[in-house]
Amino acid sequence: MIYEVFRQERKGQPLQHAGSVEAADDHFADVYAREQYGRRGESTALWVVARDAVIEIDDFVDELNRNYHRVDGYPLKEKLREARERAVSAKSADALSAGKG
Amino acid sequence: MDEKVQSTLLEIADDELILGWRDSEWTGIAPLLEEDVAFSSIAQNEIGHARALYELVARERGTTADELAFDRSPDEYRCAPIVELRLLDWAQTIARHYLYEEADAIRLERLKQSDDPEVAGLAAKIDREEAYHRIHAQMWFDRLQGEARFAAALDELRPQAAALLDSELRGEHTSELPDLWEEMTMVRRSQPAGTKW
Repeated sequence: MIYEVFRQERKGQPLQHAGSVEAADDHFADVYAREQYGRRGESTALWVVARDAVIEIDDFVDELNRNYHRVDGYPLKEKLREARERAVSAKSADALSAGKG
Repeated sequence: MDEKVQSTLLEIADDELILGWRDSEWTGIAPLLEEDVAFSSIAQNEIGHARALYELVARERGTTADELAFDRSPDEYRCAPIVELRLLDWAQTIARHYLYEEADAIRLERLKQSDDPEVAGLAAKIDREEAYHRIHAQMWFDRLQGEARFAAALDELRPQAAALLDSELRGEHTSELPDLWEEMTMVRRSQPAGTKW
């Protein structure tokens, strides 16, 4: 059985995924998780969870293609470049008119 | 520190060194990766305990831990025969581990009561690491309990475990010790005479 191990580095911090251990049962998972992730003072707490007990969700369908809900892929770079160019030409236009005066 | 205490410490140190060596023979080939890491770590701890014990005795005898560990001849070692066995069967290895930890817990309790604060302190320190070993041994015991192969291994090895707690029973070494000694001291014996480390 595979067990997922989460560890907390310092009190008050969130537990983060550390890795996994293969173990015959909960007892073995407890001992192996301590050995791999806990006994050198690197963790203040561990969560050891059978992988089967984890509810995994990875089917985020987007059937109506509502990608406007997402912020990725928005071509900011091009817009920025254009804005900079406009700013530069406005500045030089100012300089020119100032020279004339 | 009187001679009696020194020889007790030396017996335990020899047990820990030789068992650590034997256990480390599973490094890389234990039943699964997690066990490989756990058992190798136990082997390393045992050798660390041996070193600490040798250091105490070495100071009393005006020598060094390395000299005690490696410069005696095989028949001068005081280890119990059970730790010398080269066990190629995992069930037997776990049976010995379980029996050893059982006995080790008893003798560490005795040492913790020592009048010598240094001895008692070291025993307490060692015991804190041994707690992990006992959890590990117990976990395997619970899992393998009822398996015929494990039961047979326990029956076979249990009589030999008695020597771990009784100096009188530490007599003859097994025929396996000289080979192990050759292997264990090879690097040290290969240094040119007169070199100092």
